[in-house]
Amino acid sequence: MNTPAVEVRHLKKYFEVHGGLLHAVDDVSFKIEKGTTMGVVGESGCGKSTLGRTIIHLQDSTDGQILLNGEDITIVNSRELKKIRQQMQIIFQDPYSSINPRMTIEEIISDPLKSYGWRRKELSDKVTELMEFTGVEDRLRMSYPHELDGGRRQRVGIARALALDPQFIVCDEPVSALDVSIQAQVLNLLMDLQEKSGLTLMFVTHDLSVVKLIADNICVMYLGQLVETSSTKRIFDMPLHPYTKALLSAVPSVDVDHPAKRILIQGELTSPINPKPGCRFLARCPYATDQCREPQQLAEIEEGHFVSCCRVKEIN
Amino acid sequence: MSDFLTVKDLVVEYTSGGIPIQAVNGVTFSMKKGSVLGLVGETGAGKTTIAKAIIRVLPDASTKKCEGTVELDGQSILDLPEKEMQKVRGDKIALISQDPMTALNPIHSVGEQIMEAIQAHEEVNKKEAMAQGMELLEMVGIPKERFLNYPHEFSGGMKQRIVIAIALACNPELLLADEPTTALDVTIQAQVLDLIMKLKEERGTSMILITHDLGVVAECCDDVAVVYAGQIVESGNKFQIFHNPSHPYTRGLFNSLPQFAGEDRRLHPIPGLPPDPSRLPQGCYFSPRCPYADDVCRSTQGKLTEIEPGHVCRCHKCQNRKEEGSI
Repeated sequence: MNTPAVEVRHLKKYFEVHGGLLHAVDDVSFKIEKGTTMGVVGESGCGKSTLGRTIIHLQDSTDGQILLNGEDITIVNSRELKKIRQQMQIIFQDPYSSINPRMTIEEIISDPLKSYGWRRKELSDKVTELMEFTGVEDRLRMSYPHELDGGRRQRVGIARALALDPQFIVCDEPVSALDVSIQAQVLNLLMDLQEKSGLTLMFVTHDLSVVKLIADNICVMYLGQLVETSSTKRIFDMPLHPYTKALLSAVPSVDVDHPAKRILIQGELTSPINPKPGCRFLARCPYATDQCREPQQLAEIEEGHFVSCCRVKEIN
Repeated sequence: MSDFLTVKDLVVEYTSGGIPIQAVNGVTFSMKKGSVLGLVGETGAGKTTIAKAIIRVLPDASTKKCEGTVELDGQSILDLPEKEMQKVRGDKIALISQDPMTALNPIHSVGEQIMEAIQAHEEVNKKEAMAQGMELLEMVGIPKERFLNYPHEFSGGMKQRIVIAIALACNPELLLADEPTTALDVTIQAQVLDLIMKLKEERGTSMILITHDLGVVAECCDDVAVVYAGQIVESGNKFQIFHNPSHPYTRGLFNSLPQFAGEDRRLHPIPGLPPDPSRLPQGCYFSPRCPYADDVCRSTQGKLTEIEPGHVCRCHKCQNRKEEGSI
């Protein structure tokens, strides 16, 4: 089997906060094969963005391992980090605050290239190529971000992420700030890019219809933990974890003739600060029993389908 | 049954730095008592402005023009003196705004804020107002022990439910819900939508639900009006709109949804962007983005024309395309 493009093993990221330790990412392991898209879904506060940021070293991990093309990059010094940064990039959620308002579009896109010592002439050609590639009109080269709408700004963010020809890009809710028609344009662009250059993507989103379209595999997160992971088709056809089931059924369906039956889960997310050792979904789970107070393990229920629930066999 | 709410030729114009901004350009619609109308459209289409004009909370400083007629139960609202309007607002019409985080006052307990709404419209003493307020809290699924807690002690979903409790304080006949679940996670959104629908069934409240989420519309609404550049471009009952979307913009919206991607996983979005409301194009406002547009479209505006009973569409080409039978 090929080496996965990205692999994380027992990754943890804790934050010290008032009142204890916030378990943002708690013992998460998965692999992303080259050229595929891993969708990471979950609700706000489940740690999905922290996971993406920790993998590409925007912040240090607390424990666990991160491997890029089989190479351990968990602990790197600043020189090594600069080298691996070329291979991993990120597209941020908010196209309004993630690009510098005082730089022109050309400056924004060429900024990563400059820090890797590109010369002026090459730089200009590369920017032209990137703008063409992402569909930003050349006339906007000397414009400032405030002159651009959200969709174009997000394209600029994508062009910047692509500047160093990375192999792996974390897309952190790249379309959630955009209207549907603009969202569709950006999603098409990302899918085209992947087809053309064999990029590996990690697509963090709370929008299940988007992830169903774009992802090959899905990780479902709940309060810092991975509760279920499998291929996109399996997750949507046969969700096994009670949280995944509730999450999928909560999405309003556009089918007016067959209104979906909804599993309404009570309550809201519990606190990720000093969580109890048992299942974190316990308080909201309709199937919870005493055995759920024990720590849960991610187990392979069928080939390639992992679920972290001790009652998974009984309830399905 | 006669119409409960009638909006006719509503025009709202803002001004920004002396430049006129045409936010709402002749909106006409009506709704029956107890029904839920979905106003759908993208950012800047004028959906929120329509709601604000109905309940008359448009910003004074920047609103240059607000014309047309709005009739609620036969009573004309737009020309009521402000004092009279205050009685209507909150009592007959209530607004649930989009962002639960900023709709509440952070320095008063949620109980005080619910009581304020009750006491503004009903002659009740503090004790009765408190009892009513607690009942409202329980109704939206929040334990009454939390009556004296402050907004920051609640989560986003709970805050939105408190905002709903305040809106319902005087049992309004018409509820304007402006993106009530957009800021919420899906499982919480499901809870809030469930609550809103239960209230509608139990109290028979009429509702205008403003949203950009067609899934929410499919689940909650009876009728749908699609808004583009401050105009209604298509309206009908939800089955007509979802089964037979006729305006090119409505079709574009549906085609942009990831759920409607074909085998090749490619979406078919509408090219270009919505027009700038300070520089609306000549003719049909959608013509610059429309694949079917011709010279007629670019020079004159279409009228809302009935294409099947109750289903209207503002498009020159609608009639022709209907005859061809192409969807």
